[in-house]
Parts: sequence; C-alpha cells; structure tokens
Amino acid sequence: MSIILDKVNYVYSEKTAYEIHALRDINLKIEDGEFIGVIGHTGSGKSTLIQHLNGLIKASSGGIYYNGQDIYDSDYDKKELRGKVGLVFQYPEHQLFETTVFADVCFGPKNRGLSRKESELRAYTALRSVGLPEDYWYRSPFELSGGQKRRAAIAGVLAMDPEVLILDEPTAGLDPKGRDEILDQVAKLHKERHITVILVSHSMEDVAKYVKRLIVMNRGSVLYDGTPKEVFAHYQELEEVGLAAPQVTYLMHELRMRGIPANGTATTLEEAKQSILQAFSS
Amino acid sequence: MLRDITIGQYYPSNSIIHKLDPRTKLMLTLVYILSLFIFQNVAGFAVVTVGLVLIILLSKVPIGYMVKGLKAIVIILVITAVFNLFLTPGETLVVFWKLRITKEGLKNACFMTVRLIYLILGSSVLTLTTTPNQLTDGLEKSLKPLNKIRVPVHEIAMMMSIALRFIPILIEETDKIMKAQLARGADFESGNLVKKAKSMVPLLVPLFISAFRRANDLALAMEARCYHGGAGRTKMKPLKYKSADGVAYLVMAGYFAAVILVRRFF
Repeated sequence: MSIILDKVNYVYSEKTAYEIHALRDINLKIEDGEFIGVIGHTGSGKSTLIQHLNGLIKASSGGIYYNGQDIYDSDYDKKELRGKVGLVFQYPEHQLFETTVFADVCFGPKNRGLSRKESELRAYTALRSVGLPEDYWYRSPFELSGGQKRRAAIAGVLAMDPEVLILDEPTAGLDPKGRDEILDQVAKLHKERHITVILVSHSMEDVAKYVKRLIVMNRGSVLYDGTPKEVFAHYQELEEVGLAAPQVTYLMHELRMRGIPANGTATTLEEAKQSILQAFSS
Repeated sequence: MLRDITIGQYYPSNSIIHKLDPRTKLMLTLVYILSLFIFQNVAGFAVVTVGLVLIILLSKVPIGYMVKGLKAIVIILVITAVFNLFLTPGETLVVFWKLRITKEGLKNACFMTVRLIYLILGSSVLTLTTTPNQLTDGLEKSLKPLNKIRVPVHEIAMMMSIALRFIPILIEETDKIMKAQLARGADFESGNLVKKAKSMVPLLVPLFISAFRRANDLALAMEARCYHGGAGRTKMKPLKYKSADGVAYLVMAGYFAAVILVRRFF
C-alpha cells in the first residue's frame, strides 16, 4: 500500500502567455500509515502536488502509482481512487450545499454507490470523529460558525472512508482553539484508524508538533524530505526560500549562543521545555 | 479544466494594438463590425480579410489562442449555415427529398458563416488587447455626452467593469468547487439530462453563495473607501490620445472607404 510519484511534471496553461511550470520532476514514495507534512511558500506547488494524488489533475509528464497500479491507465477507476484518497481542499466549507449538515456528509458515500443506510452510518461515524456536537447535525450548514462548517466539510470527506487523507491548510482562518481541536482530531484518526495523513500547512509549529515526515516544496521541486528535526536543522536555508523553523528552534539556538547547553534540535514546545529544565538542573 | 475559456480574457503583450487608446479600439471595432455587414461580394470579403489579418498580426496574440474562442459558437454557426442553405428562395441547385439548396442560399450560408466568425475574431481582438479597466474607462468617456439626457453612464460602466472582473474569479471558483465535489465522488458527466441537471446542484449552490458573499464584500469595501458614484471622481490615469491613435483613425477611415468603394464598383 503506497503512493509512488515518478518524475511528475505539471505545467499550467501550456503554450500561452500564462504558462507556469508548477511541478518539476517530483519523485516521492508515500508509505502506508505515514503522517506527512508539506510546507512551502505560496505558489511553491503544494496544492498542485496534492491534487495529483487523487487524479484531479493529470500530470503533464511522469507517472503516479497507487498500490502499484498506474492511475493514468485508461481502465483505472478514478472515482474509486477519489474514494480511497480523500482530499480536503482549502476552505472546504465553501463546498457545502445540502439542506442539512447530515445530508451533506452523506453526499460522498452516496456517490460511492452505498445504500442509504450504509451512507448514514458512515456519516454518523464521520461527524462523530470530527467532534461536531449532535445538535448541529440537522441544521442548515450555512447557519454554522466557521470552525463548525470546517468540521462538517472534513466529515464529508471522511465519510468516504479514505485510506489516505490529504488536508490542504485545514486550519487557515481558524482561531487557536479551533486549530488545535481539528489537528488533534486528525492525529487521533491517524492513530486509531491508521489512515495515512498528508497535511499541507503554513504553520511550522503545527507540522513540528504532529508530523513524522516533512516535505519542503520550493518552486515546484522537493527541497527537503526528512523528519521535522532533520528539515528544521536547515533553518537558515529555509529562510532563504521564504520559510522558517518553529519559534522554539530559534530560541534554543539563541540559548546555545549565550552558552546555555540547550538542545538545538528541539522543534516543539514540550521538547524545548524538557531541554531547558535539564540544562538548568544539571 | 475551465481555464481554457478565452472569450473576454486579456492577453498581455506589448504590441501596437495593446498600446492604443481604448476609445480608438472601441471605434475601430464598431467600424469593423459595420464593414462586415457592408461587404457583399468576394472582393469586399478580401478587403475585410486583409484588414482582420493585419490587425491580428499587429496584436501579437497567437492565432491559435483566438481560434479557441470560436469553439463556443460552433453550434450557432452550424444552425446559421443550415438555415441559410435550405431556406433561401432562388435558383435551385440541388434537391434532396423536400429540401432545396439554391444558389443564393449557398452564397448566403457562406457569407453569414464568415461574417459570424469574423465578428467573433474581430471583437475578441478588442477584449484580448484591452484590460477590462481600460475598456470600461474608454466606454465611460466615449458615452459621456449621454449623461446630459440622464443616462447613468458612470454607473453602467462601473457595473460592466465589475461584471468583467468577476468572470475569471467565478470561473476559478467554479473550477475549485467542481474539484472539491469531484473529490467527494461527484459525477458531472454521465447520465441522462435530468441526472446531469441534478448533478449540477452541488456545484451551483456553493457557487451562488460565494457570488453573493463576494458581492457583499465588494460593496462593503467600496463603501469603506467612500465610493458614492461618479460625481466629482477623478482618474489616476486619465485617457489621452497619442499620435498612434491619429494614425489608427486614418487607417480606419481608409479601410472603411475601401469597403464602401468595393461594394459600389465591383
């Protein structure tokens, strides 16, 4: 069970004045059960990359293999693929359309050809797992607050029961509480259901806290691919491409410069706390 | 997906046509459209073709890009050609069952099709070489005299520029929502007409909502910047005729005279 990208290139509006080379020779292997973060400044090709993974965009050249099958084969079932690779777009609440939240969440499973009963069961489980309180389920999705709408929309994708869940900046525009809640729930899903999760984010703190593998995109190419610690060790290079390391990494480096033996590779608040306490107690 | 729609889109380039005053271009387009309905024979057709080809070459817009815009009117073209072909009375050429093709019909069908194609190509030069802002600026200034008979010229121009500005935004939005629903397994292509119409609901509802939200935001943003209509409003870049525009008007006069003369004497 894996996704393999082999020399994927993508060009927007080929052969016109608006031509943009969005992806250049991307080679990636995504294993089953990984928790991957994708970072990169605006226009680095993150969103284009993830839309390739469920076949919404067809690569200009190169191949993509899902579980060993070429998704560009003419007899490959794209609809089936989109059920297995669930993609939550940026601002997913803009896709809500049904009269009630519950009906909207049923849309995905119904499209996969499931019976009404099964669809409703899936919707029930999905709404539960995003933590949307039950009294919102039968309201119009347009009456909900931003954070609740976002949960409903994520549930809409989860209800398809995907093996891989891709989230494109799921916390953009949410308050800190909403952000933590949504990411915690995603991490819980990853842990309990062993779903592969790919998280596109602009927040270095978020990726440092949750993901186990971090891919850095720059100008359509993969710049770094490794654990958050490995990647954030290159914090100076990251700054050159318009990114940064988590705030605590800077703090730790500053402390070391001043002669305090703090751990320079700390990327999360918890690690930093431990390391500082240790430095002062010894 | 939907990025291929080219009608009404600006194509950035640095050509002579791009630099002309929008009022000149509006006038040129108007005269060109008139000329399309003045020519009646092959010689006139030749003059118009030369004019069109020249303008397209000068505009530096790739011809393939322009022809793509014709896709949208293929059906209209076919209907026009068929109706003209079979329903024009005159000297009979061929008879199929109850349908007659006449000599006049054949001529009408050819000329009408050519006229429509030229109409689209010619007017798309205007939109491809002029930004929506320039276009409405030009329109507003050209129509200013109508203010005296209480036509709200500024308001019409503003509405037009907003509408034009929103075309690419709404196309992009449609593309986004379409992809989001496709990711949830929606199917916009298969099935009969009723099923297809039904499958549009998940696309249209979010699109309408977003259009209203955007309109609301825009209205607020305009009011926040004290917009209150055209009265007393000045322009950062007022339109000014340059010498190139004079030349363009001369060429236009020459072209128009040629079209009329050809109709008279050939």
